[in-house]
Order: sequence, then C-alpha cells, then structure tokens
Amino acid sequence: MIMKILVPVKRVVDFNVKIKVKSDNSGVDLENTKMSMNPFDEIAVEEAVKLKEKKICDEIIAISIGSAKSEETLRTALAIGADKGILIETEEEVQPLEVAKILKEIIKKNNPDLVLMGKQAIDDDSNQTGQMLAALLGWPQGTFASKLEINGKKINVTREIDGGLETLGMELPAIVTTDLRLNEPRYASLPNIMKAKQKPIEKITPGDLNIEIKQRLKTLKVTEPPKKETGIKVDSVQELISKLHEKEKVI
Amino acid sequence: MSVLVLIEHDNKNVKGSSLNTITAAKKIDKSVHAIVLGENCSKVADQISKCEGIEEVFIVDNNIYKNHIAENIAPIIVELASKYSHILAPSSTFGKNIMPRIAALLDVAQISDIMSVENSDTFIRPIYAGNANLKLQSIDSKKIITVRTTNFVATKTDRGNAKITKIDKKEDAGLSKFVKNELNKSDRPELTAARIIISGGRGMESGKNFNLLEEIADKLKAAIGASRAAVDAGFVPNDYQVGQTGKVVAPELYIAVGISGAIQHLAGMKDSKIIVAINKDEDAPIFQVADYGIVGDLFKILPELSKELDKIKS
Repeated sequence: MIMKILVPVKRVVDFNVKIKVKSDNSGVDLENTKMSMNPFDEIAVEEAVKLKEKKICDEIIAISIGSAKSEETLRTALAIGADKGILIETEEEVQPLEVAKILKEIIKKNNPDLVLMGKQAIDDDSNQTGQMLAALLGWPQGTFASKLEINGKKINVTREIDGGLETLGMELPAIVTTDLRLNEPRYASLPNIMKAKQKPIEKITPGDLNIEIKQRLKTLKVTEPPKKETGIKVDSVQELISKLHEKEKVI
Repeated sequence: MSVLVLIEHDNKNVKGSSLNTITAAKKIDKSVHAIVLGENCSKVADQISKCEGIEEVFIVDNNIYKNHIAENIAPIIVELASKYSHILAPSSTFGKNIMPRIAALLDVAQISDIMSVENSDTFIRPIYAGNANLKLQSIDSKKIITVRTTNFVATKTDRGNAKITKIDKKEDAGLSKFVKNELNKSDRPELTAARIIISGGRGMESGKNFNLLEEIADKLKAAIGASRAAVDAGFVPNDYQVGQTGKVVAPELYIAVGISGAIQHLAGMKDSKIIVAINKDEDAPIFQVADYGIVGDLFKILPELSKELDKIKS
C-alpha cells in the first residue's frame, strides 16, 4: 500500500530564544523574535520524508494554521521534502480543539492514510491536538512515538512512556505524534530550498471550512516565574557536604 | 457538582502522581470521586478508598483496560462525565495520552499541566517551557484538566473509607492493541517521586561514566536523571530526561552534574528545593538557579563526593 501523509506544522518562537513577558502582562512579546518550525513538527516532516524515500508514501501534504507568515514554515516543510502545502490563514489565536476541528475538515477533503504531527508545540506546551484529532475522527492514536514499523495497513508505534517504552499495534488510518528520538531532522539543501519555492501552497480560511474560531481558554494574565535568590559557590566538596548535611539537612 | 479523578496505577499499586492529583481536585470542590480502570486492580481501588477526601471510587476491572489504551478508556469517562464539573488526571504520559481524547469527545478544551487552582474556572499553568506562567479562565461548562503533580502535595492515604462501586463494562473500541512494553527495571526511586535526584549532562562524556552518578545515587537513595543533551548523545534512555520535553521534577535535592542549564532543562527542575550544580564552566547558566555551585572537573569531584558521603554515613 502506498500512503498519503498529512503533516501539520506550527510556526513558533525559535527554541533557542529566551522569551520576554510583555510589561502589561497580556502575553509574551514576539515582536522581532526569531521564529521557526516547532521542533517536534520538524521530526514529523522528516519521518514522512523518510517513508517517501522508502516508497511507502507517495505524497506528503504539509498544513499550517496561522498568520500569512506561516507560509515560511510551510516552505521549510516543502524544502525538507513535502510535496504541497495548505495554509489556513487567520490572525486569531487558534486553540488545540479548533486546530483539531480544522484538521478534521482538511482530512475529509484529502483522505490521508496517516497524520504525523508533533506531540506538542513549544509555545503553549499543550500536548493535545493529535489526541483530539484522533478522537474527532474515531481513529487510533499512537502518541509520543520513538519508532514506527509499517507493514501494509498495519502500523506498530513504539511510544516513550514514563518508565520505558510501549508498543501499540493499530491499523491505518491513524494519528501518530512524534517524540524526540524518532529521528534527527535533516537540514534542507539550497537546491531543495529553491525548489520548494515552486511547490504549490493552497490558501484558505477557517470560514471557508465553516469553522468558527473561539477561545475557550481566556488569557487573564501572563507573568514571569518568580526568580530564585542567587546561590553561592563553594570551594570544596567538604564544604558542599557540610552545607547539605548540617545547614539544609537534605542528606 | 463533584470532581472526578482518573487514577494512574500499574494494576497493583496506585502511582504517586494520582495522590497529588487528588489534592488538586480537593482544591476545586469538596466532593471528589475517583475511577480506576485496569485488570485485577481491586487493590488499587482499596488504596484509593483510603485516601483522605475521596467520597466514592469506581472500578472497571477487565482485561480490555489492563494497558490503559486511550481509545478504550475515553468512552467510559465520557459516559460518566455528565455527573461531574471537572475531570482530572496527572500530567504524566498516562494522563497526557488519554485526557485530550476525552476533552474532544466532550467538545471542550483541555487545561494542561495546571500548577495552581485559583477558583473552579481559573488556573495557572506554565507556557514556553516554564519561562512564563499563564493565568487562564475556562468558559467551557466542563473542565478537563491535567495536573503538574510537583505543584501539589500528595493526599494522605490512611484516613479515608470511601464506598467502592463496580462498573460492569467491557467495550473494546478495536482501534489499538497492546503489543509489548519494555520497562526499565531499577531498584531506584522513580524520577517524579524521588526525594533526591542526581542528573548528568553532556559533560559526562559517555553513558559509561554515568556509573559515577550511580555510585552516588546508591548512597543517597536517589533517582538518576539526565539532560536532553545527554539523551540526544545516546548516553542514557529518553525516560531519564528531565526538562520541558521530558519529566518535570521538584525533589528536595537536585544535583546537576555536567549540565550547562539550557532553558528546556531548567523548566523541568527549577522548582527543586535545593539545587546543586557541578560544572567546569563558571559561566554556565545552571549556576543562576543553583543554591550551591562547585566549579571544577566532575571526574575529580564525583569520586570525592562519593568518599565524603561515606564519612557522614559512618
């Protein structure tokens, strides 16, 4: 069986950037901040491209939901090896349940056999969308995947769970969310970046899909976590042990 | 309306994460129920029935629920949901896997990883790897919540006497099947439950050098953790990982060895009571969160630390 794979990708603040909370506590200041593809989504794109190279997959569709700038994130996915992009353009904050509803509509139109997506985005750290999408579609879910074995319509997903690994068997179509050790994403080569500029991106809005965006979780206040008091440097192991043993009484 | 807690367990014993989650539930409403799904798990239901503040425990005991397959558990919780205003589970891989599936079936948002309960619809949770805290209000009629267990103390386990009610269900959704698991066998405490943790980073240079940490962990009855850099370098398995993308811990003592202190690691351990950093780079960011730091060569410091520990034990 040759599969079609859908890979949702999110534009987020680059993982190396130290973020700043806005002075009015209304959110995080993202003006002039370096943005990148969510690292877990990069792993998902890489896995899809690997399956295409193994001829298990013949088409990879990348999809992003967000402002017009999310087109850059789609171009990155296309440069890594996705075949076409879909941009759901909106300036509003789209929370996981609505993201899942949008993806469901796209899936009904495009009929992918597998959705590969990051387990969480490193901005809101929700870790919800894949599981919600699986629920809305009535599909199996293989979350936090560190290994995939595909055999026809059967897929074994090895999952990173607390305390070790677990393997679940399921049938396609399915949702798989990616964990860190699934693969190491490649860098897009310059020729592929150039080629990606020619690949098609379809642009639609949530309204075109009859989906109303509403924020069920209202932001009241965003604050910086309380700062710890600066500690001290000790000169010797003896001094450290005596502090921990006699002063702090933790050992 | 009451609050329902989905209990995490291994069919024999309740996991500590569930006890912290019960405490979070009690901050929302006085009336807290719990549900245990598994196979031959009556001992778990007994343990939960003795927890302080639990009014009623439901048990669903069938082979189908042994491995906690999300596709099988979610429909049962959804069926019970009409009686509850809030449904909580720990924010472990168990809770993270199942709860969003329940939320979507109920057509409500999930509130992930709460650190505090402000009132019944307002919560605080970390975003951006813990570099910001978000206070949010849920407008949904029903709240599906995962709990960052390190922010809540464990409920007491020796003073309840809740009624245990059996629910007779066995519906296999037929979507996912358990194939196998490979759980790490260790006599050491689990990372998220340990009183003391010693973690290694890229500075450990190899997986073999983690022996140095094991020796100290044995003496302190500590769990062993690692930074993402050490996991990515293949020194230790992923479930050692402490950080935004791994486990969030808050032990009484956290010893970071050869860990520079990337944002993503700090997010997972900065709530520890006492933090010790051992690093050869005096400008390493880990020293900014450390209560005590030693600048130096870990390969000299660790054996010395091990020897000094013998002295205080004797």
